[in-house]
Amino acid sequence: MNILYFLVGCSVLMALIFLAAFFWAYKTGQNDDVHTPGIRMLFDDEVVAEKSEEDHFSS
Amino acid sequence: MEDQYKTAAHTLCYHCGEDLPKVKYHAEDKDFCCAGCMAVFKILSANNLCNYYVYNNNPGRQFKNESHLEYLDEPKIIDQLLDYKHESSSIITFYIPAIHCSSCIWLLEHLYKINSAIFSSRIDFLKKQVTISFNHDEISLRKLVETLNQIGYEPLISLQDIVKEHSSSVDKALVLKIAVAGFLMGNVMLFSFPEYFGLSGFEQQFQSLFGWLNLTFSIPAAFYCGRDYFTSAITSLKHRHVNLDTPLALIIAVLFLRTAFEVVFGTGPGFADTLTGLVFLLLMGKWLKQRTYHHISFDRDYRSYFPIAVTTLLNGKEKPVAINEVKIGDRLWIRSGELVPADAILMKGDAWMDMSFVTGESDPVHKVLGEIIYAGGRQTSEAIELEVIKPVSQSYLTGLWNNDNYKNNFEKQNFNDSVAKYFSLGVFLIAFAATGYWLLQNDSHKAWSAFTAVIIVACPCVLALSTPFTLSAILSVFDKKGFYVKNTDAVEELAKCDTLIFDKTGTLTSNENAEIIFSGMITDEEKIIVASLLRNSIHPLSRHIIKALNVDRFYSLSDYQEVVGKGLTAKINGQSIYAGHLSMLPVQVASAGESGVHIVIDHVYKGCFDIRQQWRPGLEQMILKLSRFNLQVLSGDTDKDRWMLDAIFTKNTTISFRQSPHQKLDAVLKLQQGGNKVMMLGDGLNDAGALKQSNFGIALTDNINNFTPGCDAILKGSALNYLPDFIQLSKDGLKIIKTSFAIAIAYNCIGIYFAVQGTLYPLVAAVLMPISTVTIISFTTLATRWFARKNKLI
Repeated sequence: MNILYFLVGCSVLMALIFLAAFFWAYKTGQNDDVHTPGIRMLFDDEVVAEKSEEDHFSS
Repeated sequence: MEDQYKTAAHTLCYHCGEDLPKVKYHAEDKDFCCAGCMAVFKILSANNLCNYYVYNNNPGRQFKNESHLEYLDEPKIIDQLLDYKHESSSIITFYIPAIHCSSCIWLLEHLYKINSAIFSSRIDFLKKQVTISFNHDEISLRKLVETLNQIGYEPLISLQDIVKEHSSSVDKALVLKIAVAGFLMGNVMLFSFPEYFGLSGFEQQFQSLFGWLNLTFSIPAAFYCGRDYFTSAITSLKHRHVNLDTPLALIIAVLFLRTAFEVVFGTGPGFADTLTGLVFLLLMGKWLKQRTYHHISFDRDYRSYFPIAVTTLLNGKEKPVAINEVKIGDRLWIRSGELVPADAILMKGDAWMDMSFVTGESDPVHKVLGEIIYAGGRQTSEAIELEVIKPVSQSYLTGLWNNDNYKNNFEKQNFNDSVAKYFSLGVFLIAFAATGYWLLQNDSHKAWSAFTAVIIVACPCVLALSTPFTLSAILSVFDKKGFYVKNTDAVEELAKCDTLIFDKTGTLTSNENAEIIFSGMITDEEKIIVASLLRNSIHPLSRHIIKALNVDRFYSLSDYQEVVGKGLTAKINGQSIYAGHLSMLPVQVASAGESGVHIVIDHVYKGCFDIRQQWRPGLEQMILKLSRFNLQVLSGDTDKDRWMLDAIFTKNTTISFRQSPHQKLDAVLKLQQGGNKVMMLGDGLNDAGALKQSNFGIALTDNINNFTPGCDAILKGSALNYLPDFIQLSKDGLKIIKTSFAIAIAYNCIGIYFAVQGTLYPLVAAVLMPISTVTIISFTTLATRWFARKNKLI
């Protein structure tokens, strides 16, 4: 059962790592804007650029 | 919906989606409503940015007049605006009200394609902000803003820094505290479970390990996460006053001390689970209370209406100066459409001031040389020269904000704080009675455990939670209907109001649905002549009239002259034509009214275009529903609409006209001194003082992104009809809070029954607290929904 001492230490350490990760993410502003990135990821730069070129010439 | 849009597309402007006029602009087989929209399209297509039109149909906004940006060349002002500056790169954040769709994001994040000196730009959509980093050696700030203006995204640069104010609105420390509290609670629960299920003999060795771990976790819970409760309790005690934080701080302290004693002396498992759970829930409640709308600002004052700089004349030379630095005696140079930032005397030029900010009256007022022009007036004709007689901060209009009477003087105590006092007293009485009883029985151990247990169990945690949960549920019901309340405290104020004051223009009437009425006789041929003339003016009234006339061709004209803000004249087909203000007419007309655009063709008076504001629909029913309240109307306007108001309101409603902003403020103050709780509904800067003074100020707006003066809530014009229901729901909300308080007391009685006997086992406390919390949260949520349905708000 002494293994429990080790496991308890591990679990607390893991939890601390996650907590630290959250602190880091929050302090570097990753949660400041949770709306725009969702829209931004839908823009596809490369393909879109070609397409507009075609539009441009055909019109 | 989509199909409808497509079929309609060819009748709409490709850029902004406005209806196409019969004479339209044309470029690359697209149609545009005006030269401005076409210009934006041409810039975008030249820079290969036409995808802007791919993501959304007609994403643009109509082009506005050019603004003067000379002040952006002043190093002092630049430094004030920049977020960051390093050798060659600068970073700046702008607030751009025009941001409204994904196309805006796409375009503004591709600014580097338009000008290579822009490194990158990033949008925060909800806040309508764009952060741009650029090379300030290659592109000046002024050029940058001009580039944004050219593509139709004019940043709003005002005296009150909206960008910086927004960023401080969220309490970052609180979120971190919640994270820590959640972490602590989770771990403590984990280590407490073995205790709940009972430990067998050989597991006993872990008991002290878990105990010590729990104690370790309790330290940050009490002293980092719960710190605010201690500081708040101490300050309130210093002021000989008990708020809700006082008993909460006491409970946190008692829980911690008892846990520490039990663990150190090995007498029991302690209350670490209750402590961490309590702190976590309390912080959650606090967060709900602080949460506010990203995209709406409730604390605007005159500074967000004022520009950041003004042009002064120094030895006959124009020089932009920051508004804060304007001194008495400075000469100001105010162009057409600009705002006078300080009280000043007219020195040169012809002043036609639109004083609607100050008085609510929209017809321009003529000022003669030597007259005082108050800050907030907007010049509508040619550029004028003024001499400042009072600094900006002491002007007539800004005086509204510096008034000391504001409601801070009125004791604002919510239900929680008023109950907290009696609650704490009751808990102490029971705790001391129990201790006294066990001391008399000579059982000091039981006396100590009874004392601490009573305090732990009688936790007003429910009280601290039910209010934010109920009120924030009400807030979300409100905001679906277009009623945005500042915070949960304001909802309580709303419920208490017994007197309602309405402003007239823009509040009871709607500016959006204004209809153009022509009084007089005009032929179709003459309509074309008038439209051809007005086409050359950028005045909003001219645009309205052209839209109303909707002619299919224009004549060319000669000898065109415009006196900005007053009128236009030109020759068309040999006929001289005049359109504009009454005082400019070449002929004398006795019958015509003051306001409106008067038309004279070949020295014959034809008639006048007038804008008539329409009453908001459903007004009468709403007023009928509000008959339980004292109603009052304060209008800055003349009494020409008195008969209409008399028909809507009952006889005992006080209706006053020609009220200055200060008179409105005084009227509110007078009612408050008479013991009334006043709700003020207004829309403009001229109501700002009264809105701020009132117990609950509502700013009405037809577009939520428009500027509204500082207030407690913003209401969409279309949702005005729901006002009686909103008030009713807020009253029901207070009922819910009181009921949940009764439920909590019932739980507490059970807990106290065990506690006074000194037999409260931590498990009971640990189970009782979450159960009562869950009951309360689900009760408040369900009850709010039920009441909202009853009031027909969902």
